[in-house]
Amino acid sequence: MDTAILIFKIVMVVSVVLLHVAYVVYFERKVIGHMQARLGPMRVGWHGLLQPIADFIKLFFKEDIIPFSADKPIFFIAPVIGVIAALGSFAVIPLWDGFIIADINIGILFILALSSVGAYSIILAGWASNSKYSFLGGLRSSAQVISYEIAMGLSIVGVIMQSGSASLSDIVNAQADGPFIFTQFIGFFVFLMSALAETNRVPFDMPEAETELVAGYATEYSGMRFGLFFMAEYAGMFVMSSLAAICFFGGWRGPDFWIFSHVPGIFWFLLKVYAVIFFYFWIRATLPRYRYDQLMSLGWKLFIPLALANIVITALWKLL
Amino acid sequence: MTLPQLFFAYFAVSITGLSLLVVTRKNPVHGVLWMLVLFVHIAMLYLFLNAEFLAAIQIIIYAGAILVLFLFVVMLLNLRVEETERRFQWSWPVGLVAAGGYAVSLIFILVKITVFPQPGHYTIEKMQTEGNLMIIGKVLYTKYLLPFEITSLILLVAIIGAVVLTKKKQE
Amino acid sequence: MSHLRSMILISPELLLVLTALSLLLLDFLVRRKGTLAVAGAAGIFISAYVNYRLIKVGMTGGTIQGMFAFDGYANFFKLIFYTTLLLTILLSVKYLAIEKISAGEYYSLLIFSTVGMMIMAAATDLLMLYLGLELMALSTYILAGIVRGDRRSNEAALKYFFLGAFSSAFLLYGITLVYGLTGSTNLREIASALHSLKLAESPITMLSLIFFITAFGFKIALAPFHMWAPDVYEGAPTPVTAFMSAGPKAAGFAVMGRVLFDVFGGLQMQWSIILEPLAILTIAVGSIIALSQTNIKRMLAYSSIAHAGYALIGIVIGTPEGFVSTMNYLMIYMIMNMGAFGVVIMLKREGFSGENLEDYAGLAKRHPVASALMLVFMFSLTGIPPTAGFIGKFYIFMEAVYAGHIYLVIIAALFSAVSAFFYLRVVMYMYMKEPAGDISLSTSKTAGIALAFAVIMVLVIGVFPSLLLNFARNSFFG
Repeated sequence: MDTAILIFKIVMVVSVVLLHVAYVVYFERKVIGHMQARLGPMRVGWHGLLQPIADFIKLFFKEDIIPFSADKPIFFIAPVIGVIAALGSFAVIPLWDGFIIADINIGILFILALSSVGAYSIILAGWASNSKYSFLGGLRSSAQVISYEIAMGLSIVGVIMQSGSASLSDIVNAQADGPFIFTQFIGFFVFLMSALAETNRVPFDMPEAETELVAGYATEYSGMRFGLFFMAEYAGMFVMSSLAAICFFGGWRGPDFWIFSHVPGIFWFLLKVYAVIFFYFWIRATLPRYRYDQLMSLGWKLFIPLALANIVITALWKLL
Repeated sequence: MTLPQLFFAYFAVSITGLSLLVVTRKNPVHGVLWMLVLFVHIAMLYLFLNAEFLAAIQIIIYAGAILVLFLFVVMLLNLRVEETERRFQWSWPVGLVAAGGYAVSLIFILVKITVFPQPGHYTIEKMQTEGNLMIIGKVLYTKYLLPFEITSLILLVAIIGAVVLTKKKQE
Repeated sequence: MSHLRSMILISPELLLVLTALSLLLLDFLVRRKGTLAVAGAAGIFISAYVNYRLIKVGMTGGTIQGMFAFDGYANFFKLIFYTTLLLTILLSVKYLAIEKISAGEYYSLLIFSTVGMMIMAAATDLLMLYLGLELMALSTYILAGIVRGDRRSNEAALKYFFLGAFSSAFLLYGITLVYGLTGSTNLREIASALHSLKLAESPITMLSLIFFITAFGFKIALAPFHMWAPDVYEGAPTPVTAFMSAGPKAAGFAVMGRVLFDVFGGLQMQWSIILEPLAILTIAVGSIIALSQTNIKRMLAYSSIAHAGYALIGIVIGTPEGFVSTMNYLMIYMIMNMGAFGVVIMLKREGFSGENLEDYAGLAKRHPVASALMLVFMFSLTGIPPTAGFIGKFYIFMEAVYAGHIYLVIIAALFSAVSAFFYLRVVMYMYMKEPAGDISLSTSKTAGIALAFAVIMVLVIGVFPSLLLNFARNSFFG
């Protein structure tokens, strides 16, 4: 019976997440459209609400082109790795109080591990395509992801120190007195920026930089395989936003007074997640892309020292 | 065979098989990828021993960082040309004999010996109640603080080495 | 055990680490790189003095959580390491300027390597032993390759690194096997568990013993595992070669002695049987191949292999007195070898390696003092009285005869006579050949101090041998 409930939970989370991922794309197009004084998608359905479904159908029925000189097994596996890594992370994310597929006590490390495995999807896609653009995209991404993973891991250490646990539920519970954003603002800043780089978002979207590399690692992919990359990227963004919401904004916890205490936790959680996602879109609409060496020196010379300083400060603060 | 034994048998066999795949692939990128699968299996084995922290670290550090660098180097070197050269291949029979001899002697020894299992400090119950992460943290920063700090010295030396050996010549 | 006491026990090492770190910072601030050598030497002196005070106030015998012992054994080896480090720094000053090696990193890596050796000598836990070894080895790999533009230096670093990593794997195999058997990494606990569980005769114990010997054999360049040594010694910058042939070798012997006597004490018969042929082979290979060398660094590399063989005899005989004679030998070898390399370093000039035997032709005519020094060191390496080298060999052979290994002594003495040929050939070139060209020496005050110290010690020990021997004996037993 337990197994049945578990499977039901998994199916539910995966399908809800996929739906969200589809509509995050819609949300992005709308937000950026309005920021650029356009309307965004308007044709399919009321205000273009059915656009993601139309996109999905289009991608699904497109011809699947495989380059002749590609390394086929790896070419096939690469996008799958990305999707699995991104969706797997949801197993340890508590959506509301008590709702979590697997409450393990190394939740954060699990997500970091999966995101580092996710990097393979890009590198391998770049290599297996056997094309310059893809390969350059893959190499750029491997260096970028490794560099920023360090900063990201270190930025969360402050949260772990403050809550005394690496389990995501415990971290949320430790924020009963107030979210960690007030004490961990340096950590939050580093985390947010590293998450942008980790998910290859603007201004750190070097691996796919359309203007220089066509579409980077995804150049040779088409149809549903390209769709999988797309899905993995947005799911990854969703994971990172959830992590930000949980570690710094108190996850499902909302204000505990008046009518607010009756609002279900999932509402607060999604509100925070979408606030972070909105921030991502905002940055995308605002900032130009970094140059590659700037990106690297930013990561190694600013974010990592900042994160380390944050750890030292947190440790001293804990000690006193 | 109980379920844990079955699991262990699977991991033992597949880890051995995967290691063989790693060293026998002609294409080095494929070799590295099999190593990735191998590392994931090793991480599973750690999980199986209630060492979830080690499992996560195995993936984050080895699969996520070191192996990516491997891949980076292998891809940049593009080794496909060199693998045909004979001077990289002549020595495999020697290695086979040495490894085979070692395996045979180890098997003989293992068959003969009875190991006395001694229960350690950290039983499975203790691990589950206190959490692997907590226990490792406490042990590292109390009992093994000195070795831990020496490790940091080793890493420092590695950093200095990387700087010394790669920095631009100053004239 | 309070934390403060632990900190005090390890304060010499901590001071060295502090020195190394401040040298890295000073490198930015100081223009004249000679200042770095002085600062480094000062730090080393302070550390050595603190170590001396700790012995004087009776801290000897203390341990940190059973992992790190502050005992006479460790202190004797620490003296070897301190001396090696100081002599190397003194000999390096000029060389660094000629080769344009960045001084801050160079000195701090030397010091880190020495810290690793000191940890090895003091380790009473396999974990600490391994970490000390890695700290030492990693620093020396980098030092071997620190002349980036030189292909031989690159080759040396790579070879040293690969074989070092390989030998570390053997060590780790040995450690895991022992840990699996006894459930501990502490040397004393392992020994008692091996005894109480009656595992001493178990084949696994034997296997791990073999792994340990292989790993240590790589570090001290015993015969079947010596292949890396000549290439690495030749390719590395000469001061680093001098350092490697003295320090890490002594550290290898230190851990070997500690592990064999403390852990595998009950298996003395077995390890003697394993080590005996290795000792003979090492002496033979070192002495015979050195005969055909024309590059003096390579010749000294083979000589260093042969000397490791002589020092090993003290372990082969398996008595504590035997190991005392090995310790005595290591100290003497360190001093005379540093001296010999010191002269080799002086021949190095901008664009001239000074490593070939021909370069020594007629050196006595132009530079009588340097030639006389080389003469003393070569005599000492051969083992001709009244130099220290003779004393070292004499005590080892004497202990071997007492323990009944007479034929071992005969073989060793025969090869010692063979070795006279290639050592004295250098002397012959210096004194009996006409100078081929104009040879100028890169002398410096610091190198002068180092060489003067070395030659005085070689002669003093040669004349008053009991000073050093009693010191070694007290350290081992006290």
